[in-house]
Amino acid sequence: MAATVEQVAEAMFQLVKETHGKKSLKAMDLTKAMIEKFGEAECNKDLCKQAIRQLMDSGRCIYSYFGGSFITLPPDQA
Amino acid sequence: MSEKRATPLLDELEKGPWPSFVKELKKSADTPAVNDLLGQLERSYEEKIGHWKHGGLVGVMGYGGGVIGRYSDLQAEFPECAEFHTLRINQPAGWFYTSDALRTIADIWERHGSGLTNMHGSTGDIILLGAKTQALEPIFAELTAAGFDLGGSGSDMRTPSCCVGQARCEWACYDTMGACYDFTQTYQDELHRPAFPYKYKLKFAGCPNDCVASVARSDMAFIGTWRDDIKVDNEGVRAAAAGGVDIQKEICDMCPTRCMAWDGSTLAIDNSNCVKCMHCINVLPKAVKPGDDRGAAILIGAKAPIVGGALLSSVFVPFIKMEPPYEDLKELISRIWDLWAEHGKNRERVGEFIQRIGLGNFLEQIGLDPVPEMISAPRSNPYIFFGDEVSEGGQA
Ligand code: SF4
Ligand code: SF4
Repeated sequence: MAATVEQVAEAMFQLVKETHGKKSLKAMDLTKAMIEKFGEAECNKDLCKQAIRQLMDSGRCIYSYFGGSFITLPPDQA
Repeated sequence: MSEKRATPLLDELEKGPWPSFVKELKKSADTPAVNDLLGQLERSYEEKIGHWKHGGLVGVMGYGGGVIGRYSDLQAEFPECAEFHTLRINQPAGWFYTSDALRTIADIWERHGSGLTNMHGSTGDIILLGAKTQALEPIFAELTAAGFDLGGSGSDMRTPSCCVGQARCEWACYDTMGACYDFTQTYQDELHRPAFPYKYKLKFAGCPNDCVASVARSDMAFIGTWRDDIKVDNEGVRAAAAGGVDIQKEICDMCPTRCMAWDGSTLAIDNSNCVKCMHCINVLPKAVKPGDDRGAAILIGAKAPIVGGALLSSVFVPFIKMEPPYEDLKELISRIWDLWAEHGKNRERVGEFIQRIGLGNFLEQIGLDPVPEMISAPRSNPYIFFGDEVSEGGQA
């Protein structure tokens, strides 16, 4: 059974949290990491797109721009 | 309100008969943010360095584009422009507004920001210059309630733009405004949620005159063209000649491929050698027109940096009919984005990516066959390398 948007969003959020301050992640970095984590049969680019949208619309993550657009934690949660 | 900033150096830029951005800024100098902006700018001219930092965490909820964070590094001295963010608003296709729409934008902007605008920025968007961080969400809420949306910025698909096309121009070979609107709607996710190595710009020009400079300023240019014969009305050509146009000198001798001949009464065109440059059509608008079998050429890979190293785009698809829902084009775009998003380096435009991996590899990966039109200039062939089976013994 394919992973759900919520599961992927949660896994992405954890990755952003763990790497915060150490590594800047772009949308494609998260996408590749999720496909590796869940496997190609469970997860694909479209699902990751939806998961990122959910993270942004809920305010759990925000975009930053430092010479490129990255996905990060809002300042009050960092 | 703080005292008017002294600007002796900037004042020099008001002298002379040309338009002056200083003159325009000073008209708004009663606004504290603009007054401090003038002060900071004067300082930059004194010290010959910029005092802006850009980027950071500013934006509106859910979006990764449309707001460009801008901060002064002299915040104590110029507190009113300490935060001076730029908003990009997605312009209507072809830049057509009602006066009511313009008043709506201006009112929102005067209520919440500096009141300074740039209509339009080089991206095509409506640019609102100078908002504080806390004003961003209220501005966004009011703009969206009025039917506007933010455009792109950062590593996303930038706001697509187009020439006025069939709305005002008889040379438009397809509906640029319709295409621009369609692609903007289709790619809302790519516009608002940056997922690319760097920016990706789509520009739609109705003919090779390219009034949106797509060949130089977009990663993907849709330039209107035709594939049948140019329409010549020799009556009109003779009338132009009688009216003083030197057909031989001004038309035939300036055709880049010299594919025209004028015998004093008939203008003959060898259409197989016409490269659709528009020269003859521009000079003889009443007598020469694009053909009837119209569509667009797709070019990829331009980049216009501020300092140097401009990259013009190259032909990818010599001719395609531009008809909604543009399925073939969207399929091509998705294959390009998939490849480039996965393998492109941070801040690498698609043109640079193609240069790095080689056009042959790029074409193979996106499943497009090489064609002779994939050239950087007529009668050159920098890309296509023939395999052993072709070059063996020097025979094709
Ligand atoms: S690009 Fe061509 S069609 Fe578009 S406005 Fe300019 S001349 Fe007209
Ligand atoms: S469009 Fe350009 S290339 Fe074609 S015939 Fe006219 S001048 Fe020559």
